[in-house]
Amino acid sequence: MVIGYGNPGRLDDGLGPAFAESLRELDLPGVTVESNYQLNIEDAELVSRFDEVIFVDASVSAAAPFEVNALKASAPMVGFSSHSVSAESVLGLAKELFGAEPSASALAIRGRSFDGFGERLSSEARSNLARSLDYFTRRFSAVD
Amino acid sequence: MSVKKITIEPVTRVEGHGKVTILLDESGQVSQARLHIVEFRGFERFIQGRPYWEVPVLVQRLCGICPVSHHLAAAKAMDGIVGVDQLTPTAEKIRRLMHYGQMFQSHALHFFHLVSPDLLFGFDADPTERNVIGVARKFPDLAVQGVMMRKYGQEIIKATAGKKIHGTGAVPGGVNKNLSSAERDEFLKEIDQMLAWCRGSLKIAKDYTLEHIDELADFGSFDSNHVSLVREDGAMDLYHGNLRAITKDGDNIFDQVDYQDYFKYIAEEVKSWSYMKFPFISELGPENGWYRVGPLARINTCDFIDTPEAEAARKDFLSVTDGKPNNITMAYHWARMIELLHSGEKIRELLNDSDLQGDDLMAKGERRGESVGLIEAPRGTLFHHYKVDENDQVTMANLIVSTTNNNTPMNRAVEGVARKYLSGAEITEGLLNRVEVAIRAYDPCLSCATHAMGRMPLVVELENAAGQRIDRRVRD
Repeated sequence: MVIGYGNPGRLDDGLGPAFAESLRELDLPGVTVESNYQLNIEDAELVSRFDEVIFVDASVSAAAPFEVNALKASAPMVGFSSHSVSAESVLGLAKELFGAEPSASALAIRGRSFDGFGERLSSEARSNLARSLDYFTRRFSAVD
Repeated sequence: MSVKKITIEPVTRVEGHGKVTILLDESGQVSQARLHIVEFRGFERFIQGRPYWEVPVLVQRLCGICPVSHHLAAAKAMDGIVGVDQLTPTAEKIRRLMHYGQMFQSHALHFFHLVSPDLLFGFDADPTERNVIGVARKFPDLAVQGVMMRKYGQEIIKATAGKKIHGTGAVPGGVNKNLSSAERDEFLKEIDQMLAWCRGSLKIAKDYTLEHIDELADFGSFDSNHVSLVREDGAMDLYHGNLRAITKDGDNIFDQVDYQDYFKYIAEEVKSWSYMKFPFISELGPENGWYRVGPLARINTCDFIDTPEAEAARKDFLSVTDGKPNNITMAYHWARMIELLHSGEKIRELLNDSDLQGDDLMAKGERRGESVGLIEAPRGTLFHHYKVDENDQVTMANLIVSTTNNNTPMNRAVEGVARKYLSGAEITEGLLNRVEVAIRAYDPCLSCATHAMGRMPLVVELENAAGQRIDRRVRD
């Protein structure tokens, strides 16, 4: 399961959905793709049905072009708005509610432009997106 | 008089998250609290130049939680642009079902994900336990209910809007699909279970409020005006109606105002320290005319609710204040659960209406150049106002989102909490908890926020009168 998330209307914040859309077009066997603005609590039920989950998001701080980091289930601090749920929280809920502990990692694609509106990626983000897609497809081809 | 600043803000870019600045006077007392949240006026410019028929889809870029509210408010405005004042029965009911699905999922998400830890564990519980995972461990059935209720609402959105996100179901003048009998039957299978869970959630919110009523009455609470849409007969109507404003005592300030004329009754003040405007009732002025919107306001403004269980719950709710408006900030949660139940009842009512399977989806009218669409979104009244030129391009957009309507009340709530719980010149965990609890009552929409990795940790900073940081707390 690959979940790409972010706001496509906020420039490079759309990297996650852009990754998901590109991956969907590749139609790789055994890979299910989802995209959304943000993660939500019901994603716990979704990820609980898979062996491996990769969360794909734009990053303001990852090393370019991207980073891959293992994720573990955790309990989140309660914030002040329902408008954000972390990948670790989704995994935590999947574990607590559905007894599922899928292997999980975060693919953090470095973005450059986040301040403003527009359905477009910066040139750096496009480049980083292409390299992350290449990495991903090679990795899963190797597994096959 | 010099002031000291205590700042609560995200580590990285403030935009999209929140920032609280508590201003202290020389004696160390709180003189003012300022809540800063994302401003999105850039989005209005983003819309300009777009063809009007794109707008109901485009505005969903505003929010990951409430895209349906923006979708429907924009569609209602564009109904006016294409000259349609009355949708076909199928179109109106499909949109209503979509809207109640949205209310259902949003209220469930808010309650279970954001609020239930406070209510079930208390404000001072260990933060590592006082969260949704803690709820899942100690109250697993309740946590599963939250997930499944949210999912149910999302599936209704998917069935009526075409997709869970970026739906296209509502179009200017109607809708582009109905609900199939098979889809209806699937939702009917689960509705009784959903309603049972709504009743349970309502009981939790009610019991908590009543058990802590003395504490909550003095927790970030204040008297205020209240604004919402109401139906022509005074009933609560979350999808459509006319504007009503009441005082803290329940007296009408204005009533049954056609929202096409909202700008004659509502004005917006700009303050130098905030990007977000401060709406107020024009005739009362900015000092006295600010108001609350959302579940609490809607329960206070309506004369009745047209579904039996929610109406009984409304009467129960108002009995606490002898039938007068309830001005307790934390009563938002109880009010929200009444609306959750109401939304469930409405979903059941609509699912049993054969108009949902009708084929007459579109109405037509004579093209106009300006129109307003209002809807009661989960967090409160949402205003969309557009002008469209002869080339079908949007030339003006003005959006007043629910969180903007609640701007002054949120500041008041934070200030009240800060006054009561700040001790010395240190941001304690207890104070931070309570500031967040007060803001959570409104669940401000982070609207067009970016949620990129690296943006979510919270830092708490304390500055002295000289602007020096003397304390810092990081929450991640």
